[in-house]
Amino acid sequence: MNNRVVITGLGVVAPNGTGVADFSGAIKKGISGIRYDERLAALKFSCQIAGMPDVPLTLQQQYFEELELKQLNSSGIIYGVIAGMEAWADAGLPLTADTPDWDSGTIFGTGTSGIDKFREAIYKVDDLQVRRLGSTAVTQTMASGISAFLGGKLGLGNQVTTNSSACTTGAESVLMAYERIKYGHAKRMLAGSTSDSGPYIWGGFDAMKVSTFKHNEQPEAGSRPMSATASGIVPGSGAGALLLESLDSAMERGATIYAEVLGGNINSGGQRNGGSMTAPNPLAVQRCIAAALQQTGVQPEDIDLINGHLTATGKDAEEIANWCTALQRKGRDFPYVNALKSMVGHCLSASGSIELVAVALQLKEGFVSPNINCEDLHPDIQALVDRERIPEQLLYKDINLVAKASFGFGDVNACIILKKYLQP
Amino acid sequence: MDKETFIEQLREIVRPYAKNQEALATIDVSTDFIKDLKINSANLVDVILDVEEKYDIVIQNEEMERMLNVQAAFDIVETKLSEK
Repeated sequence: MNNRVVITGLGVVAPNGTGVADFSGAIKKGISGIRYDERLAALKFSCQIAGMPDVPLTLQQQYFEELELKQLNSSGIIYGVIAGMEAWADAGLPLTADTPDWDSGTIFGTGTSGIDKFREAIYKVDDLQVRRLGSTAVTQTMASGISAFLGGKLGLGNQVTTNSSACTTGAESVLMAYERIKYGHAKRMLAGSTSDSGPYIWGGFDAMKVSTFKHNEQPEAGSRPMSATASGIVPGSGAGALLLESLDSAMERGATIYAEVLGGNINSGGQRNGGSMTAPNPLAVQRCIAAALQQTGVQPEDIDLINGHLTATGKDAEEIANWCTALQRKGRDFPYVNALKSMVGHCLSASGSIELVAVALQLKEGFVSPNINCEDLHPDIQALVDRERIPEQLLYKDINLVAKASFGFGDVNACIILKKYLQP
Repeated sequence: MDKETFIEQLREIVRPYAKNQEALATIDVSTDFIKDLKINSANLVDVILDVEEKYDIVIQNEEMERMLNVQAAFDIVETKLSEK
């Protein structure tokens, strides 16, 4: 089997927009979703700004039953379910009442999910109240909680699982879903990822000093990928979801197609050659990008747009250098660059999928979203790439081929190639 | 506490868990939580926790095991309250 795979549905819960319509508007206008967070300040965090999606109770009530909401204390599950179900509905797929949809499954990833529920449970256990945990402490804190929730709500009868590879999780989920459809094991897979919000998720990053502490007074200017004054990530959260489908199934249903997933590559730098638990092995990054191109039969010169990992740490220049090496392109010849994290912060395990939703929208509608907070481009990046390739304003432009990469703790990498699909 | 009052209070406690809301309207001593009200068996522990909270009592494991219908719930709660 060698099915072609397309994207027929999108869903997103991002710090600068909940729902595809709001998110699409926000990324075109360059709207930041980063806000001052009083809770982080009260807890004496160094970084007191963050990206947290707006999910009012009235919205949650559209996706969860009253009983579920009564017990729910997992922001990752809330974000993931809303995004996942939006993508399902966006693809025009029905909610089946009785029989599972044997041809549809999900690979919906997370880093840590349900940490607030976990905290609640730990306090009770230590207080000798294990009997008072209730019936949902397991389902809300198991890593696969998000895929289990989605599987039940959508009636999925194919593979239902959760992948986890730190900040590569979202991109990895899409590639795993792609392969499942390509080889004929499923017709449709809901790919995506989610990440909890709040101090218990972000605290570890604050302690590592990878979060910026220099922008507490100017939250919207805090996430600065590629900038000379980039000083660390701004922690974010949310979920992105993409309904992947075989081209045959999409055509049969007459579904709207956002883009085609040509494939990609996943690898690891083995924490060697400069790679470590927290830093990527540059050679592995270059190999990952080169292999993604080779496997999809795409020539490096044909890539129109790069959607980078670009987190606003000191590593951004190294990432751009790796792209230059892998593609053998630089200066004015370099593709356009997207650093979505400039608007939403680093949504951790959700980052890759939220960024891929942005990629699909750019391919479908023909635009390049603006990069904010890089007016003072880092000199090492300026030396490699022409300023015009890193647009600060929205560009309406037909985009044909996009390379998207994500990198994660553990020295893991993923690179995906997506192509514009011309609907016949 | 008389049985009618208890049944009215119990009806409110189980309302969010009952998948069969029609059966909830006609709840009486013989009503079975799982068979009649269609409460998910995993949620029975939540019902018991809510009952404990409402009456400020602690229900033991053995009692939990037999608290499957309205009559049993009434007997257990009444005994606990009389011991207070």
